[in-house]
Amino acid sequence: MTIKLYGITMSTCTAKVLACLHEHGAEFELVPVNLQNGEHKQPAFLAKNPFGQIPALEDGHLTLFESRAISAYVAEKFKGSGCDLLRSQNPKEAAVVKTWMEVESQQFSPAISPIFYQSIIVPILYGGTPNQTIIDESSVKLGKVLDVYEKKLNSSKYLAGDFYSLADLHHLTYIYYLMKTPYGKLINERPRVKAWWEDISSRPAFKKVAAGLTLGDKN
Amino acid sequence: MELKLYGAALSPCTSRVMTCLHEKEADFELVPVDLFAGEHKQLPFLAKNPFGQIPVLEDGDLSLFESRAISAYVAEKFKQTGDDLIRHQSFKEAAEVKVWMEVESQHYHPAISPIIFQFFASPLQGKAPDQAIIDDNTEKLGKVLDVYEDKLSRTKYLAGDFYSLADLFHLSFTYYFMKTPCAHLINDRPHVKAWWEDISSRPAFQKVASAMNFGEKGNL
Repeated sequence: MTIKLYGITMSTCTAKVLACLHEHGAEFELVPVNLQNGEHKQPAFLAKNPFGQIPALEDGHLTLFESRAISAYVAEKFKGSGCDLLRSQNPKEAAVVKTWMEVESQQFSPAISPIFYQSIIVPILYGGTPNQTIIDESSVKLGKVLDVYEKKLNSSKYLAGDFYSLADLHHLTYIYYLMKTPYGKLINERPRVKAWWEDISSRPAFKKVAAGLTLGDKN
Repeated sequence: MELKLYGAALSPCTSRVMTCLHEKEADFELVPVDLFAGEHKQLPFLAKNPFGQIPVLEDGDLSLFESRAISAYVAEKFKQTGDDLIRHQSFKEAAEVKVWMEVESQHYHPAISPIIFQFFASPLQGKAPDQAIIDDNTEKLGKVLDVYEDKLSRTKYLAGDFYSLADLFHLSFTYYFMKTPCAHLINDRPHVKAWWEDISSRPAFQKVASAMNFGEKGNL
């Protein structure tokens, strides 16, 4: 039975899982969810994710939600030669990957997501005006997080070590959208962060996903 | 070589890790970090955690930070001891645990943590708790707890009929929350209340709870 991923290609959280599936060459079916019609807030979808958010993943009798839990599940299920994004063969490396996955979750994401929401979601989906105060405050917070990254990437090629891992992958989709805004300078002003971004965003698995990250594109 | 945990007994994040260590009956040394002196924002501590936060765990030459990552490491390392908090023998159960660990991280924690901050940390800065922030977050937390109430009407614990790291992650912040006027959010929901009473009565947590006395008279 094929894995089914419920979500949409332009969503940061769906795309995070898509990147992970593509890294592993896993077969799956993307089942679109009609956000505009509120499909994600209705009983059939709420039965998959009671928090009413995409993505959700079905694998046989198992239903999962929360993009970071889904991607960790995919990485565990499909780990094989050449693709071990959780470094499961090495407990020490695996622990450091977990640390930097939590950094993305607890430090990076709370700082970048208000910038994404104000500069992309508010004007494009709601026709509203971005709240510049929120953007400015979040930019200061994100800058401090990226200062730590700049220092870390001085001593290792990727966040958890000299190997690409799920910790790096989890950053891809938010940064991709950030780079479409003036706040992309927060990345570009830091040479090691910039080099790391250029490396991880050029991976073939992500290029497949980036083509779908079309929020805000003129069309 | 013994595990070293750098932190403070009254800190909810340090307590999260200590609860896990106790569940796993793992020997460790708690090395106090003087938060009031700003020790966590200076070298040498910043070399252990560049984000300047407790706790940090040292296991030989491995140094880890972020309490959830540390707890997951401990639960993995000592998975053969005590209850299997990560359900490593069942691929399906392990995945459910991961989901509800993320629920704590992405839904529960962002709502409960500002409430704790307002009641416990604001007074230290000479400020009264900001009621607008409290109201905004109690509304959010209420919605999260409605989902929990439904889930816990069908399973005994969050990820299934087994205690797991997903439940444990909720303990320390909820413990402080129950000392605030907002505790009714838990008590008004019968399944959530029963779950809370169950998980907070576990001996591993009881060992840790007694030291979680932030803000009590004579303690600052």
